[in-house]
Amino acid sequence: MKTPLRALLVTAIAIGATFGLDPFRNYQLATAAACFAAVAGLTVLVGLTGQLSLGHAVLMAAGGYGFAFAATAVEAPWPLALLAGLAAAAAVSGLLGLLLGMAAARLRGPYLAGLTLALVIALPSAASTLPLGGDQGARAPFFAVPEGLSALIAVEQWHAWLAVAIAALAVTPLVMLRSGRAGLRMRAVLDDETAARLSGVDPGLVKAGAFWISAIPAGLGGAVLAVATQQVTPGGYGLAFSLLLVVAAVVGGLGSIGGAAIGSVLVVVLPWAVDELVALAPSDFGQRLDGNLAVLLFGAGLVAMTLAWPGGAARLLDRLRAARPSRFATPSTTTER
Amino acid sequence: MRTTTIRTAAAAAAALALTACSTPGGDESVPGVTDDTVTIGTHQPLTGPAAAGYSTISAATAAYFAYVNDNGGIHGRSIEYVVKDDAYDPAATQTAVRELVTEEKVFAVVNGLGTPTHSSVLDYLDQQGVPDLFVSSGSLTWNQPGVYENTFAFNADYVTEGAALAQYAVEQAPDAKICVLGQDDDYGEGIVEGVETVIGSNAVTEVQTYTTSAEDLTAQTGAMMAAGCEVNVLGTINGFTAMAVGTAAQMEWFPKWYVSSSGADYPTLAGYLGEDLAPALLQGMVSVNYLPFSPDGEWVALFERINEEYNDGAPFTGNTVFGMSVGYLFAEALAAAGEDPTRESLVDAVESGDLLGNGILPLSYGADDHAAYRGVGITVVDEGVQDYVGTAYEVSGGAVAPVEPSPVPLENEGIPG
Amino acid sequence: MDRFVFLFSAGLARGAVLALFALSLVIVWRAARVVNFAQAAMAAAAVYAAFAVTAATGSYWAGLLTGLASGALLGAAVERGLMRRLPAHAPLPGIIVAIGLVMVLQAGLAIAFGPEHRPMHPPFSERPFIIGGVPVLSPYDLFTLVAAAAVMGGLALLFGRTSLGLQLRAAAFAPETSRLLGVRVPRMVTLGWALAVATAALAALLLVPTELGLNPHAADLLFVNAFAVAVIGGLDSPAGALLAGIGVGLLVSLVTGYASAAAAPLAVLALLTLVLLVRPGGVFSAKEARTA
Repeated sequence: MKTPLRALLVTAIAIGATFGLDPFRNYQLATAAACFAAVAGLTVLVGLTGQLSLGHAVLMAAGGYGFAFAATAVEAPWPLALLAGLAAAAAVSGLLGLLLGMAAARLRGPYLAGLTLALVIALPSAASTLPLGGDQGARAPFFAVPEGLSALIAVEQWHAWLAVAIAALAVTPLVMLRSGRAGLRMRAVLDDETAARLSGVDPGLVKAGAFWISAIPAGLGGAVLAVATQQVTPGGYGLAFSLLLVVAAVVGGLGSIGGAAIGSVLVVVLPWAVDELVALAPSDFGQRLDGNLAVLLFGAGLVAMTLAWPGGAARLLDRLRAARPSRFATPSTTTER
Repeated sequence: MRTTTIRTAAAAAAALALTACSTPGGDESVPGVTDDTVTIGTHQPLTGPAAAGYSTISAATAAYFAYVNDNGGIHGRSIEYVVKDDAYDPAATQTAVRELVTEEKVFAVVNGLGTPTHSSVLDYLDQQGVPDLFVSSGSLTWNQPGVYENTFAFNADYVTEGAALAQYAVEQAPDAKICVLGQDDDYGEGIVEGVETVIGSNAVTEVQTYTTSAEDLTAQTGAMMAAGCEVNVLGTINGFTAMAVGTAAQMEWFPKWYVSSSGADYPTLAGYLGEDLAPALLQGMVSVNYLPFSPDGEWVALFERINEEYNDGAPFTGNTVFGMSVGYLFAEALAAAGEDPTRESLVDAVESGDLLGNGILPLSYGADDHAAYRGVGITVVDEGVQDYVGTAYEVSGGAVAPVEPSPVPLENEGIPG
Repeated sequence: MDRFVFLFSAGLARGAVLALFALSLVIVWRAARVVNFAQAAMAAAAVYAAFAVTAATGSYWAGLLTGLASGALLGAAVERGLMRRLPAHAPLPGIIVAIGLVMVLQAGLAIAFGPEHRPMHPPFSERPFIIGGVPVLSPYDLFTLVAAAAVMGGLALLFGRTSLGLQLRAAAFAPETSRLLGVRVPRMVTLGWALAVATAALAALLLVPTELGLNPHAADLLFVNAFAVAVIGGLDSPAGALLAGIGVGLLVSLVTGYASAAAAPLAVLALLTLVLLVRPGGVFSAKEARTA
């Protein structure tokens, strides 16, 4: 009972906060909420089961496409269209997550990373091969401010409300699962697969299940982005964005939902803030600096931060490695030359 | 009755509490316009893989505006041009354009670049009522006056270009086998559609596509060579035009190249192929254009001067002419929008059909037409010089008709007013 | 049939480059148990060094040597300066640092050299030999194949037949035991990184002249495909990298030629999924220890 109450409180605070933000900031809040949903899923996956996915952007895209097509197809008042879209987003991303999870259950860290990376790269091809609208993507319906509110709030603020509410809807069950039996099983599998197996837990099932559980919030995050931007394009879910999600999860601290929130806000706000700072600097460096300097500073900050606090990010993982040194350190000798 | 009262009261309370925050509506002044400045914005790929082909456009536009501002501006206002980087990523475009509209409070968005990128902000700009002028892409999407009242194209659309190229090819060599190599998006598809309107839908000998993330065109070029193509119509961006021509030359294959304006800029192609090889490899390359880039023309002389003075003498390419021409057209529209421009008067100025631009054919803007150029002129490369050959076509309703080019003379040192 | 021969030979040369880059990933993996996500950006930086030297001296070979040397230096510097400071056997901080490094390197290169593509000319003709009316491998393709084969052979000799190679392998597989036996483990890890990035630089150097030109992102796609290749082959297996590299090169060429360019990444994904479902550790993986 505690978790839903806390979630309700946090949601109320976030919605209240939108009144203090101007439209652009509210848009950024909606984006951050979308990232938060995806990063929360990712952080639980990596932190609790040790499976590294570089492809959560594709799961977001799957949710986004599901939302766009379903919400457009439903001829109904907006709350119904929204719900239909969300259901489709969860269904599509969940299905893809389940498929990935079934493959992931058999794979070790870098192999899973390689598979999910190839998935990200294949997204634009899939978008132009399947009926997904190619590079221009799919259009999602525009949710106007409801009549009773239209004098009060701007559309960006309304979308921020929707974003916060959907993110809460996506993350709260995740938190409850994590602290319940499912979380226990995941930790058991992470700590010692053999022991888990002996006590009647099927590691493959748990791993695949974790992937599925992690995919749904990511898909709902994609739906949030579709609400905020009325568009789903493959270009928006590219490799850079997918890696940023991982960055957010690690920077925030793996396994931590609060950390996921911090990480998401950071990856949304930091590049923008650096850009603003660069714009303030004298601009006689010439046009090559445009944009590039911001990327450079963000990258350098990322490196410095990770070097300064590798423990914070890695504590959980250290435990993970220490628990089963054999899996990562044992050499395979038969293929030596 | 009661709900109205409550709503009004609530609105009043909210307005008191949140004056400058998120509340819609607001002051009466025109966004982006002050007594001595007009602020406009754009989204451009300044970083990322697409930066190589396009990052010089906005620099040229900015240089032209700097020139105008140094010469008194438009109606006494200088033009502030805010360029946001979107790395050709639609998600970044969304953020960049929202920032332009809500933070920078731009008067208009001018020359947003790219089909996938700009498509992603089309609805937003429409909802916000922001004039969306001179989109830098040849997609037909921008010409929907009924849906997007404030959006106007700048490029000749891809279908027009494809049809004009095919028409010229048929006139030059009636029985040649015509093939198409196109980008696998609306660009390539538009070119194919244009070619097919001229020679018939099943008469294209071979259609090959590529993705922009591809590393080479070996497989595609080999397929076209095997099919016996004689005229290759390319719907490719500059880098891939160079790659197609280079790959074919490596295979000792020298067909005729007919290239869309977005991928046929001679100085840029020469940069890819190397100055030593380019004149030989590109000899006879046919393309289309609508901007005044003749090397000995008066517009180029002016633009070269501006480029020297305001753009650090950056390499002078088709992008430079393109960027400055867009700047000129916006300055002209702003001048026509009157002493005290509003967003409505700006859109009206473009829709009036009175804008001349600086193209070699008349602009086709009107209340029912948000396309810029309905026709294009044929250009050919001869001994390293790319210029118009005097042939031009107008494409309307699937029919291609020859027209006389009517270049706009340069007046008042290129400063509208 | 003509078309098949043509596509096959085109895929062969591309596959050799892929295999070489995949091998560089395998070397880092074997030396340090990490996947170096910055390998593409580091290789691109080395190619820029080669480009600058070639432009200054006019000699391709001077540029090639510079590229290899600066790749090795960069690899060693990144290992000593960054990767070593991270906790061992926790892959994520390493990945995050690598992502940060990619941003720094690519933005730095774009600032220093501009975003435009710089044409690089190959040292040999790219004009293919025509055999029976079909264009097949060009002299440059042959150079690529020979160079790749020579490097792979050299590395196999190094790892398999020399004392240094033995120390490298020992340091990677049993760091504690190796240290007890007097192997300077940290030095070996640094050497592994240097070798790997030099190899990656060579792959990028061979690739760039066949592409549009040099730019900060020139090796990005190569990295992604090579990662897939390394995973297909089995991250521990140089032989796997070689065979999977050739295989993926052929697959991409044939699918592009017979189907469409857009289908190629999907084909690679399908192959990867298939291989991993049948053999989760890659084609050439060693037998896994029993867990239950």
